[in-house]
Amino acid sequence: MSVLLALDIGLALLVFAVAARTVFARGAFEAVVDYVAYGLLLSIVWVRLFAVDVALTEAAIGGGVTGVLLVGAAARLRGAETVAAEESPSASLRVVAACLCLLVTAVLAGVVLLLPYPGPTLAPESARHLAETGLGNPVTAVLIAYRGIDTMLEKVVLVLAVVGVWSLAPDRFWGGAPGEARAAQPEPTLAFLAQVLPPIGILVGVHVFWAGADEPGGAFQGGAILAAMWMILMMARLTEAPPISALWLRLLLVAGPVVFLAAGVAGAVIAGGFFAYPPGLAKPLILFIETFMTLTIAVTLPILVAGPPRREPVE
Amino acid sequence: MISATQAGLIGAALVGLGLYGLITNPQPLRKILAFNLIGSGVFLMFGIIARKGAAAGFPADPVPQAMVITGIVVAFAASALAIALVLRLYEETGRVTLRPDAWTKPPSDGAGSE
Repeated sequence: MSVLLALDIGLALLVFAVAARTVFARGAFEAVVDYVAYGLLLSIVWVRLFAVDVALTEAAIGGGVTGVLLVGAAARLRGAETVAAEESPSASLRVVAACLCLLVTAVLAGVVLLLPYPGPTLAPESARHLAETGLGNPVTAVLIAYRGIDTMLEKVVLVLAVVGVWSLAPDRFWGGAPGEARAAQPEPTLAFLAQVLPPIGILVGVHVFWAGADEPGGAFQGGAILAAMWMILMMARLTEAPPISALWLRLLLVAGPVVFLAAGVAGAVIAGGFFAYPPGLAKPLILFIETFMTLTIAVTLPILVAGPPRREPVE
Repeated sequence: MISATQAGLIGAALVGLGLYGLITNPQPLRKILAFNLIGSGVFLMFGIIARKGAAAGFPADPVPQAMVITGIVVAFAASALAIALVLRLYEETGRVTLRPDAWTKPPSDGAGSE
């Protein structure tokens, strides 16, 4: 126990130190690299909180996919750094800001220390109905069954984000393909990795999705791994980002929320409640919905990273 | 439970740290990073609430965990949109600044004066 405690304290200090580097690093690029390391360390903290589903999501999306997005942005914005450096706030503003932030942290820390144990919980409720869903993983049950509408709306948020990013394209590029978020000449190592990794990665991604019914994992985590495989292929120039007018792309982007919403409406007719599942059919239905959600996530994340179209459509 | 309380305290520290970065860092990209730090701090505080709700044989309450998973994905979507906006601003104007007076003055004037 004392060894674990020492490890916990070390981990906490490390997370805080890397987060501080993210804020205080000189260059934006360094800050971004620190942020990726921070995301991975944070996922270990989540494992220590016995939230393995969250740890997988944090590692895949919080660290990995966000990292690719930020590294690409930092590389493009390199020219803007020197101009912005002249706008640094004065020392007095920094002191005031530091005091404010210390106050916020102190209040939050007080709340954390005053939290009751055992706290209010919905765990018994979710355990009671777990058998009806046919699932073994309570987190998946919350995501797809108990609070299905939240998850469906979250998919809608992803679609809205894609619409927002695409709408930033200049008029002449509308319908074209996003520019390349990669070096002009791919590294030989990267090309090799992009040929070796995807078959394994796709297998792992599909397994994480499938196992998510009973073990930690699920549509988010599996979809994010599949997304990473597509992103590696695009980075190594083995494939191009598709033009945003491609019908298959648009269908995949909306497949998750559409299937989920259709199942929810069907539940209102068949099972007597919006987003209710008919007894006995719950698990196949949940897996059916999750399949489309995994596909949508696997497509949406790389499309968001690729950004708005930068090339004129080829007619 | 010690490690849970500790994670909650890191969460509190991360929120403060992120808030400081958000206020004092003039670059929009660094502000987006800082905002993500605040977000992950809030998520960690959810984590301690989940852990303290351990019951019925589960090591942590699944409901806050599911909310955090949803939150991480939404945070990514928001970051992607924010970064797309910053990049478009840079492509249009050749600079990235959030100063309110930057767009009323010519660029040569706005860069040097404090």
